[in-house]
Amino acid sequence: MTPEPHPSSRTPADSEPAPVLEAVDVTVHYPVHHGPRGETVHALENASLRLRPGRTVALVGESGSGKSTFARTLALAQEPTSGSILLHGEPASARGRRARRAYARRVQMVLQDPFGSLNPLHRVRYLLERPLRLHGSVTGREDVEQRLRALLERVRLTPPERFLDAFPHELSGGQRQRVAIARALAVQPEVLLGDELVSMLDVSIRLEILNLLAALRDEEHLAMLYITHDIAGARYFTDEIAVMYAGEIVEYGTAEDVTQTPAHPYTRLLLDSTPDPDRMEFLAGRTNDVEDTAPDAADDDYGEPPDLVRPPSGCRFHPRCPFARPECSTDRPPRVQVADGHWAHCWLLVQPAAEETRAPSATTPEMTL
Amino acid sequence: MTSLGNTHKNMPANPHENSPGQDVLLDVEGLSVDYGTEADPLPAVSEVSLRVRRGDILGIAGESGSGKTTLINALLRLLRPPAQVRSGRATLYPRSGTPLDLLHADAKELREARWEQTAVVFQSAMNALNPVSRLSAQFTDVLRTHRRMPKSEAREHAAHMLELVGIPAARLDSYPHELSGGMRQRATIALSLVCEPDLLVMDEPTTAVDVVMQRQILRQVIRLQRRLGFSVVFITHDLSLLLEIADRIAVMYGGRIVESGPVGALYRDPRHPYTRGLRDSFPPLRGPMRKLNGIPGSPPDLRRLPPGCPFEPRCPYASSECTTAVPELKDHGADRLVACVHADTLPVPTVGGRV
Repeated sequence: MTPEPHPSSRTPADSEPAPVLEAVDVTVHYPVHHGPRGETVHALENASLRLRPGRTVALVGESGSGKSTFARTLALAQEPTSGSILLHGEPASARGRRARRAYARRVQMVLQDPFGSLNPLHRVRYLLERPLRLHGSVTGREDVEQRLRALLERVRLTPPERFLDAFPHELSGGQRQRVAIARALAVQPEVLLGDELVSMLDVSIRLEILNLLAALRDEEHLAMLYITHDIAGARYFTDEIAVMYAGEIVEYGTAEDVTQTPAHPYTRLLLDSTPDPDRMEFLAGRTNDVEDTAPDAADDDYGEPPDLVRPPSGCRFHPRCPFARPECSTDRPPRVQVADGHWAHCWLLVQPAAEETRAPSATTPEMTL
Repeated sequence: MTSLGNTHKNMPANPHENSPGQDVLLDVEGLSVDYGTEADPLPAVSEVSLRVRRGDILGIAGESGSGKTTLINALLRLLRPPAQVRSGRATLYPRSGTPLDLLHADAKELREARWEQTAVVFQSAMNALNPVSRLSAQFTDVLRTHRRMPKSEAREHAAHMLELVGIPAARLDSYPHELSGGMRQRATIALSLVCEPDLLVMDEPTTAVDVVMQRQILRQVIRLQRRLGFSVVFITHDLSLLLEIADRIAVMYGGRIVESGPVGALYRDPRHPYTRGLRDSFPPLRGPMRKLNGIPGSPPDLRRLPPGCPFEPRCPYASSECTTAVPELKDHGADRLVACVHADTLPVPTVGGRV
């Protein structure tokens, strides 16, 4: 069997197209409604990201890490507290209906739940026709019909006539998500923001959707943001991965760099926590997986993500980090470059301990779960 | 299981006709469950047979609509109309006490068996606690009802259970909303184990939490299982998770078990094309990558099941014999069962989505 190239096999070095959409130092603080006045949820802190045509960036993190807030901000559905969103280098604005519509024509979002995002009262035809009529320059019945078919073919819902007059409830989860993607594609956007696109779908059909997105990226040079908590899926299909923790991007690099040589202890924890059947190959038997060495269950307790109303000082990961040092709790770690295009915010990378060449990845046996 | 002369009124005439042996805790045979009316039945579970051994973790893997939740709801007697057990038998052989015919036990017997012999943790485990009463009340309530334990002793036991899952005893008088999500989940697991049941059923207990928390909880469950010796039936759509935690796995598709066996063998050499496709639907975290295709097509519509193998329309190995009769779940040696006519002739698989 000859291996087909997997969907993210291209290297980042092959030309760096100018970014379509860019977030520069974006911060979002939400006011707390039921609590002392003046308190805010520090949902997103100084996040910067560039989305380039034909490239996919994954935003990976736990629930509550700020992934969706970031996507909403990029879609201008959420006003940043500070920082800016640039479209082709120009500050983007969605003030007023015309600006909002013009922006939506270029930046489209696809949501997690295809059972909730498609109006159950309308047929697929209507759902796809609306964006065409609202945004496009359709020239009559014939033209609409042709474009509808083309759209369904682009998301591999063939033959189109089988799906055009179906209601959402007549479609499977995977088919619905394809309709949702087709609806986003109807306006010929340059950027696609996908929020947990496959997490509600059955495992066996997730790959088809990921492969479809990869094809769209490559064929139509869409810039894509792929939000997920599944780092293995992110490695499979995206070019670069941004790891988010408690509202901050803690590590960024190519998908291979981040998953194979993680620099931030949180990324390590995430990777070690992800089910990986291949690990079984290294174990004599399953029973070695969990040694009953600790009488209390505290040793495998890495705690929980912090309260973002009062985020921890210094590095937000320090209360859970097995390598935390004094400076981690007082000062925010700087961004440290660990390889070309691969960086992380971690004090361990600034002052590696004597015996460590590249902390934490070199010294994590006790963190291996 | 020496109490052959039991007088259990609801047991079949001769319950030990096929006595499965000392190490079997739960024995299910030919269980079928329908939804809908007699005229228009929807077969959610068809002829499922399985055994859970003492101290084992049995994983049941399947996608939505595969019948895995209906199966355990039938075993726990939690089915509601229009769901209905059509045929089959299920017997629980607890460590103490007489065997229990799960499908025919009356309300009193069920009440006695629940908590003491079977316990369940549901998908929304985080929200399973009563929001308006303290943890202590929820624990002591169970202990006082089932064990007639004095209050002070019940509190002590509750504190002990909480500590087992890493929650300080000082939190005993907290309300659920005062605990973090992870703690609530662990408290629910501690609560389910408070009467030391023989069987713990977990239905997608970790789908609502992220992977870091998931791993902590699973390690805790395995540790408790080692210590207390209960058996686990763990239901999930995530085969990769089961491969790490289960002793044995049963894979369900279209309401049937299509393959079962010890976890290592099932992973290295899946003999059913569906198991194989499912296994290769998880992109690898390490090592080289190639393009994966998942399983083309959609899960079957249970109202319009094909006359033959339910997986036939999606199966890359399907042949004409697959379209005529549902393949039987046959012994494939080495403790494995496979329901596929091509089980012996499938090409040697690649491992872990690798070439």
